[in-house]
Amino acid sequence: MVSHLTKRFGDRSAFEDVSFEVAHGEVFGFLGPNGAGKTTTVRTLGTLIAPTSGSAVVAGIPLSAATGAEIRQLISIMPENPGLYLRLTVQENLELFAGLYGLPSPRARIAAALETVNLAPRARDLCGRLSKGLRQRVGLARALLSDPVVMFLDEPTSGLDPVASREVHDLIAGLRERGVTVFLTTHRLEEAERLCDRVAILNTRLLAVGRPEQLRGQLFRSSLVVETAARLAAPEAVFTPDVGVEKWTPEGDAGYVLTVADPRMAAPRVTRALVAAGADVVSIAVAHHSLEDVYLQLVEADPEAET
Amino acid sequence: MMGLDVGRLAAVARKEAREYRRTPFIIGAMAVLPLIFMINPVITIFAIGATVKAATVSRAVGATFLVLLVVPAVIPASIAAYSVVGERDQGTLEPLLTTPVRRGEILIGKALVAVVPAVGIAYILFALAVILAHFFAANPTVAATLTEGPHILAQALFAPLLALWSIGVGTAISARSSDVRVAQQLGTLASLPPLAVTALVSFQVVPLGVWTAVGFGLGLLVLDIVMWRGVMATFDRERLITGSRAVKTTRVGPGGPPAGTVRRIQAFGGADDGGGGA
Repeated sequence: MVSHLTKRFGDRSAFEDVSFEVAHGEVFGFLGPNGAGKTTTVRTLGTLIAPTSGSAVVAGIPLSAATGAEIRQLISIMPENPGLYLRLTVQENLELFAGLYGLPSPRARIAAALETVNLAPRARDLCGRLSKGLRQRVGLARALLSDPVVMFLDEPTSGLDPVASREVHDLIAGLRERGVTVFLTTHRLEEAERLCDRVAILNTRLLAVGRPEQLRGQLFRSSLVVETAARLAAPEAVFTPDVGVEKWTPEGDAGYVLTVADPRMAAPRVTRALVAAGADVVSIAVAHHSLEDVYLQLVEADPEAET
Repeated sequence: MMGLDVGRLAAVARKEAREYRRTPFIIGAMAVLPLIFMINPVITIFAIGATVKAATVSRAVGATFLVLLVVPAVIPASIAAYSVVGERDQGTLEPLLTTPVRRGEILIGKALVAVVPAVGIAYILFALAVILAHFFAANPTVAATLTEGPHILAQALFAPLLALWSIGVGTAISARSSDVRVAQQLGTLASLPPLAVTALVSFQVVPLGVWTAVGFGLGLLVLDIVMWRGVMATFDRERLITGSRAVKTTRVGPGGPPAGTVRRIQAFGGADDGGGGA
């Protein structure tokens, strides 16, 4: 739980008055443009940086100077740059972190973490000789090592090819099933849409929090996209309130976007009206707004975006 | 410094040792610098003729003694100066600080791996100088002067204390620096001032006796303690990550003291090492 959390560096606000809650076992997406304060928020919740004001409870422990080590024992953070010791092997990197977390049976835990990210055969390789994608996987193995209650993943698929990205997505889905709370910072909106139960959009201030479909519903009215074989002679006579259309706009040569209250009710009525008007209907579909549409709508409308 | 976990401390030290072993610059510095510093004592020992007076022998041995103490002061300085800024450079500092490790564990783990070889090398060089003097010096009083009780005591006390100073000051510079090379140059320079104490003895400004050695040793110890307290204060998680230290006023709500109260809180890496001290 985060309540009115603010971090300032001198006169500059990294983020301001941020409040949200993340449920146990939830995959929570944290989105925002560069410089929006996402990484600083993660660092603050990860006890690396002290907030200027506000409060938070992380992994069930109130965030304070006295509880930093206790919280860090229960969470793990994977920064965008995995930050591996390049002169050490994969195994040696993980041994360090197993030691820092005081893990019992470190060898078994390391083997399990490497198995999870499909890196067991590379355990003895120097990290300096691994590709960026493989290093990212070592970073993930390190984050998994301590069996955390909350995982903060900062751009976990950055620099990964589509196959490796898919593996990371599967891994995150697996974490959700295991009841791990995942705090996912990403620029990939389709990734957030696919993986996250809820998302927050930050631009120094929190612009929105909710399920992707909930945010879509808040920002965009339901609409139908109609395409006919030829332009209608009198569309205003077809797209009327009688068939459930509140507003319509032409799109392309013979296309129309209709604002409706309930697409499932309106679609059959619009189809009948079009047929009655002698139109050949090519397609009629419910318009789908992506999370990207939501994001762009919010961020571009935000006055902070211009600063 | 309270609440150090031996396992975490050992993990940091093991990592440091592994990194050093695979870093040519460090291995080179450990191997070459002592050899260079050994040249002067060897020449001095062999240059003293059989009939040279005892006072002259004593002065020459004093100079040798000073050169031998430069080794524990200089060798760990550049290694320590790399320790924090090097981690920041390769992006490993942030992942390290996100773990439950405390700043005392990081600093002591790193310091141990620098101090042990530096002091070991200093003792080996001193032993080597004694052996060379004993078997090959033309003047038999050279070996006798080198192995006088106060000299051995001073060597035993000063070497680790000088090394601790160098490592501490190097680490403090490293924690505040953004450039490895600048940190190493400043670290080496900052390691030299305590040698002034040993120079007083070496150049016989203060005659070396058991109590002088103990007194000067205590002086170095006090310097080390003061300096290490400063290092602990410098090693602040927020400062290390962002470059600035947080001193803030916060209004705390759920999860903290009653909502609406305003209080000063400590940075996570502040004096309260038990909480978030790096």
